[in-house]
Amino acid sequence: MPFGLTEFLYLIAAVLFIIGLKRLSSPLTARRGNLVSGVGMLIAIIVTLFDRHILSFQVILAGLLVGSAIGWWMARTVKMTAMPQMVALLNGFGGGASLFVGGAEFLKVELVGGTAPLDVAITTQLSLLIGAVTLTGSVIAWAKLQEVMTGRPITFPMQKAVNAVWFLAIAALATYQILTPDQLLWPFYLVIGLSLVLGVLLVIPIGGADMPVVISLLNSYSGIAAAMTGFVIHNDVLIIAGALVGSSGIILSQIMCKAMNRSLTNVLFGAFGGGTASGKSAAGLSVRQVTVEDAAMQIAYAQFMVVVPGYGLAVAQAQHVVRELADLVERRGGEVKYAIHPVAGRMPGHMNVLLAEANVPYDKLCEMDQINDEFQRADVALVVGANDVVNPAARTDAGSPIYGMPILNADQAKSTIVLKRSMNAGFAGIENELFYSPKTAMLFGDAKQTLTKLVAEVKGV
Amino acid sequence: MEALMLSIVIFTLATFLGVELINRVPTTLHTPLMSGANAISGITIVGALVVAGGGHGWISWAFGFGAVVLAMMNVVGGYAVTDRMLQMFTKKPEAK
Repeated sequence: MPFGLTEFLYLIAAVLFIIGLKRLSSPLTARRGNLVSGVGMLIAIIVTLFDRHILSFQVILAGLLVGSAIGWWMARTVKMTAMPQMVALLNGFGGGASLFVGGAEFLKVELVGGTAPLDVAITTQLSLLIGAVTLTGSVIAWAKLQEVMTGRPITFPMQKAVNAVWFLAIAALATYQILTPDQLLWPFYLVIGLSLVLGVLLVIPIGGADMPVVISLLNSYSGIAAAMTGFVIHNDVLIIAGALVGSSGIILSQIMCKAMNRSLTNVLFGAFGGGTASGKSAAGLSVRQVTVEDAAMQIAYAQFMVVVPGYGLAVAQAQHVVRELADLVERRGGEVKYAIHPVAGRMPGHMNVLLAEANVPYDKLCEMDQINDEFQRADVALVVGANDVVNPAARTDAGSPIYGMPILNADQAKSTIVLKRSMNAGFAGIENELFYSPKTAMLFGDAKQTLTKLVAEVKGV
Repeated sequence: MEALMLSIVIFTLATFLGVELINRVPTTLHTPLMSGANAISGITIVGALVVAGGGHGWISWAFGFGAVVLAMMNVVGGYAVTDRMLQMFTKKPEAK
């Protein structure tokens, strides 16, 4: 290809990524935006195949076929409820790819002999470190979300100290490697090995329900790893794309942390949700349990109902039934809105995707700030499998571990119906006053079954 | 070193651009945003192709193959699953 054309086409690819992200600002343009971004990726791949002195195509062809087939299969078959696991794995793949590329570049120099320039040496070590941490960290996040391993934080004495020393050891080895003129193999493999273990160490003390933050952060890492690889192979499109993804992950982590009123440090190192949390005891209080018939009656005559979906809804796969119930209310002349807490579900925006899957129009999905003032005029607030995000203790009880967390004002509705599996405390391990309020009616059982019964009853009213 | 400095400038500016772009994405679309951004981070495929096609013996075979497979899973999986989600959002809201 004539000189400069390659770089120009890479630039086009980067611009298409940017346009693609820009189109994500509205649900109406988002799908085409994703397509635009995909075209950018295709251009980048084709340009590379034609220009970058490719000597053998067999490996490439095999790799492209295998990778595409697996990726396509995963994307087609994954359930919407399992989206957090899917994204966790995708992050891991990105990190792993960076690890491989960084490693190959290092070995190439070792094979040919000679020394890598300082900047390449530094960024190679960084892409090994970040790529490896992203890879294993994501696998652990996946295992926790998939419940292959316990969602509880795994802690041991001196954990932070061990992690710190571990990291310093990697840093020391990497620095040694950078400063040594020869490409030595033993520190190279040690850095990779120790970094892979570091990924595990960093994620195991984080509780299952904090995974949204971890996935966002790993998302950011996978971007930064790609950018580091860009520094290694002197390619600006990698640097631009990596930086875009890096900032996206950081912003999402921040949004999540703000919604939980916790700092990123607290999420990463706080081992939150270990069951030691204190809070007001519920001794002496009793809950008001109602029958499905009573609840159905209330819902049927509601002029305005606000649905508060939580993780329980996702677990029970109840998104379709909830919409059926909402349809019935609307057919009877009532109004229905959905109040989505920023940390509802298991990743940013997860609940919105689940409800969109059930054909709930997106303009009925309300963010916390939009809907919180409307609870007062709601006849019924229907809480489905949510707990901590509607706990009034966050507003009133300064001793509560969730004090200060922004919550949905479900307690301000004229009446509240809570669908819940049992009286077990939520993730934060604290009692919820809302359940003991005289305005609240509790319906125990699997969310989907209860909702199905409710739908049948409301039809009969 | 001049080339490195230029790359750092590009990295920094792209980060700020990213912040501006992502802040405009509504909460509703945060999950597709993550999977879509993820697909973009599959741009490592460019590096993977260079490695796999470099003709460096076993390095190209083992590392190149691994890198291409992982990066392609990232790219194809990311874009396809994002498209699947966004398709659900693009449906027109029901007429009132």
